[in-house]
Amino acid sequence: MTLLCLTGLTKSFGGLMAVNEVSFDVPEGAVVGLIGPNGAGKTTVFNLITGNHRADRGTVLFEGTDITRWRTHRIVKLGIARTFQTIRLFQNLSVLENVLAGCHCRMRSGPAAAMLRTPGARREEKAALERALAELAFVGLAGQEMQLAKNLSYGSQRLLEIARALATEPKLVILDEPAGGMNEQETAALIGTIGRIRQRGITTLLIEHDMALVMKACERIVVLEYGSRIAEGTPEAVQGDPRVIEAYLGTED
Amino acid sequence: MEEFFQQLTNGLAVGSIYALIALGYTMVYGVLKLINFAHGDLFTIGAYLGMTLLASFALHETIGPFLGLVVLALMVMGLVAVLGAIVERTAYRPLRESPRLSAVVSALGASIFLQNAVMLIYGARFQVYPEGLVPETSVDLFGLYVPVVRILVLFVSLALMAGLYAFIQKTRIGTAIRAAAIDQDAARLMGIDVNRVILLVFLIGPALGGAAGLLVGMQYGQINFTMGWTYGMKAFTAAILGGIGNIPGAMLGGILLGVIEALGSAYISIAWKDAIAFFVLILILIVRPTGLLGERVADKI
Amino acid sequence: MRNKSLYIYGVIFAALAVAPLFLNPYWVDVLNNVGLYAILGLSLNLIVGHAGLFNLGHAAFFAVGAYTAAILNTQFAIPVLWLLPVCALAAGLFAAVIARPIIHLRGDYLCIVTIGVGEILRIALTNDIFGVTGGPNGIFGISRPTVFGYVIRRPHEFYYLIGAFLMITIFLFHRLENSRFGRAVNYLREDETAAEGSGIDTSHYKLAVFVLGAAWAGMAGDIFAAKMTIIAPESFSFWESVVMFAIVILGGSGSIPGVLLGAVLFVGLPEAFRDFADARMLIFGAAMVVMMIVRTEGILPQRPRLYPLPGPGGAGGKP
Repeated sequence: MTLLCLTGLTKSFGGLMAVNEVSFDVPEGAVVGLIGPNGAGKTTVFNLITGNHRADRGTVLFEGTDITRWRTHRIVKLGIARTFQTIRLFQNLSVLENVLAGCHCRMRSGPAAAMLRTPGARREEKAALERALAELAFVGLAGQEMQLAKNLSYGSQRLLEIARALATEPKLVILDEPAGGMNEQETAALIGTIGRIRQRGITTLLIEHDMALVMKACERIVVLEYGSRIAEGTPEAVQGDPRVIEAYLGTED
Repeated sequence: MEEFFQQLTNGLAVGSIYALIALGYTMVYGVLKLINFAHGDLFTIGAYLGMTLLASFALHETIGPFLGLVVLALMVMGLVAVLGAIVERTAYRPLRESPRLSAVVSALGASIFLQNAVMLIYGARFQVYPEGLVPETSVDLFGLYVPVVRILVLFVSLALMAGLYAFIQKTRIGTAIRAAAIDQDAARLMGIDVNRVILLVFLIGPALGGAAGLLVGMQYGQINFTMGWTYGMKAFTAAILGGIGNIPGAMLGGILLGVIEALGSAYISIAWKDAIAFFVLILILIVRPTGLLGERVADKI
Repeated sequence: MRNKSLYIYGVIFAALAVAPLFLNPYWVDVLNNVGLYAILGLSLNLIVGHAGLFNLGHAAFFAVGAYTAAILNTQFAIPVLWLLPVCALAAGLFAAVIARPIIHLRGDYLCIVTIGVGEILRIALTNDIFGVTGGPNGIFGISRPTVFGYVIRRPHEFYYLIGAFLMITIFLFHRLENSRFGRAVNYLREDETAAEGSGIDTSHYKLAVFVLGAAWAGMAGDIFAAKMTIIAPESFSFWESVVMFAIVILGGSGSIPGVLLGAVLFVGLPEAFRDFADARMLIFGAAMVVMMIVRTEGILPQRPRLYPLPGPGGAGGKP
């Protein structure tokens, strides 16, 4: 079944066509990779899906719902969470509170309940705390809850972003260069984490420059160049595609 | 119709003063992203210095009215510029890496300090400018009698603005200022001494503000230690109106604000004069959240 | 650590509870002003300290509360304390109406617009808008508050009224800080894009925190009107907004003890230097600069929230 369906997505900035008529599907339960040379428009595609940018044309369907013009927080609540290429954590808050941000959209209590500290609010708070701790353990950051986010290593910060995204209880997570800045061991562990995300039944769409990771983790790959989709298929098929070799792999040995 | 054109020329003169002050706000904001709340008080100090220098040297009597005023203006501008640089050194530089709201409180503190310093030195009452600096006659402009001082104010302000614009656009240092306003880190990597740019901005802005103070003193004849707040807020409004950080925007915003205010207080209500600027600001920001000439800064994601 | 500070707060509380017995009415009144500004500072702290919204026009909401109380009390003889919720509502509504179109503005744009709103309101009050604000002279003859038939009149009686209101404010705001709402506005302050991307409705929270802070300032306005019995536009000038803002930033953004200390320093301490008279404000301005340079984050900055963590010696503790 198709979870996410992009049709004819187009976005230009000024005169520059960043994304041009891009269409592809993400099947439920899959790990899909979006690759392409720098400036191919990968992150823009992500921003269009998550509502950070408005598409000029085209539609984004998620579970059959047209979310093209939705605001980001509603899209998150519907079930799409993301990480950012340029790490965007709440640097001065604790690791735990960064993950609790993800729990926010599954909670309900407002300011009045907070001031009165109603049983409902307390129960909810306790559940959120447990969930946040579980997500931190899931990505391997248990024990660092009270550290400030800015004091984590680069690789750990990327994991923290993943934990925050998972805490929103998504159906689809979008990872923008999750291995960026990671060393070999961290990358290997990340591949494991992506596998375990999949085991939880969560679909993954990711951008990554580390080809080894992409080939290992993804079962479907979409290739962009100059804002257009030039190939799509299994890792083997994409690797053998002459257009991809010429446009992308050819230039980077 | 006569009334309308009178108000229009008045608005242009006041607006050009707003514009001169607004340039100081906008240039500082451009490089430091800081609202220099003390700027309005530097303007006040310009007005008071002008008065003191006039009274003590009477240059216009010794070396002639024209040359006298030019020398006077240069002295005022120079002194206020030095003061501006001192304010930067003491109140802003130590806070450059701090949370932005901390710098704002420091700026407010500097403003309170300067305003009260003026009050302690000159007293809380209105002070009167020496008379006879500019002939108190009107000039016939196509059937419209415009006071000489108004024309002088307009002419001097426009000349200063044109000078600044040429300096910013055509010179190497001007280019450095523009570059630092766009991206301080990139400018530093390109070998621009950002500290010098900041210092320069804190010399030029206050110099223009001081000149504006002198012009206000000459046009209205009386000054008060709190005038910097009213003029400062209007000028800051003008800078925002034009799109803060944008030099032509500050000029446009200032002149526009002066004209709207003059016409508004003449035709709508004088009692609401000081509110008009803010009404205009809010309306324009609702339509154009970045001001008239301000560009949208896209958040890089 | 935690116990020690609790102990300190306990001592301060006990000292303040009996303070009026040892102070003359003048100094009790100074403390009353400190208390009022503490409440105002705490309400602004939600907006500026917690949400990072640049509000330099908080006096406007204070004014709306005070004038609502004054008008309804003098025209319809409604007891001032009954008007607390009405003043909260009026100030909150006013904030909601003006904030809706401007709240998305970039920080410094929001700053000048809030200054502008404060000025427009002050000018409107001076111009006797709708013929109900009494123009530059304001409104006089506001009645004293009564609690269970007991009329509150003298400074030390107001002391306990304001003290009680402050205590309730601290209690409720402390809970609010340590909640989903409190965290949400902090996320907003730290990184708006990331907050939205984590599923937080940033525009909703900006508006909500603005309205909540304004409503609280409105209630403080009610108490102020009752205390003064006469109010005029000049009590709600830009200067008042500057004081509230400085209390928050200098005391410690987002920190309740910081804001309380800020109120003491900004409102209480200048009274101690009354002998300097003219030079007082000069010193005040210089002190603002020096304090900001020495304690950039404020005197008592916000501390991380604590959470009950499991495991040996869990890093947290009860909030």
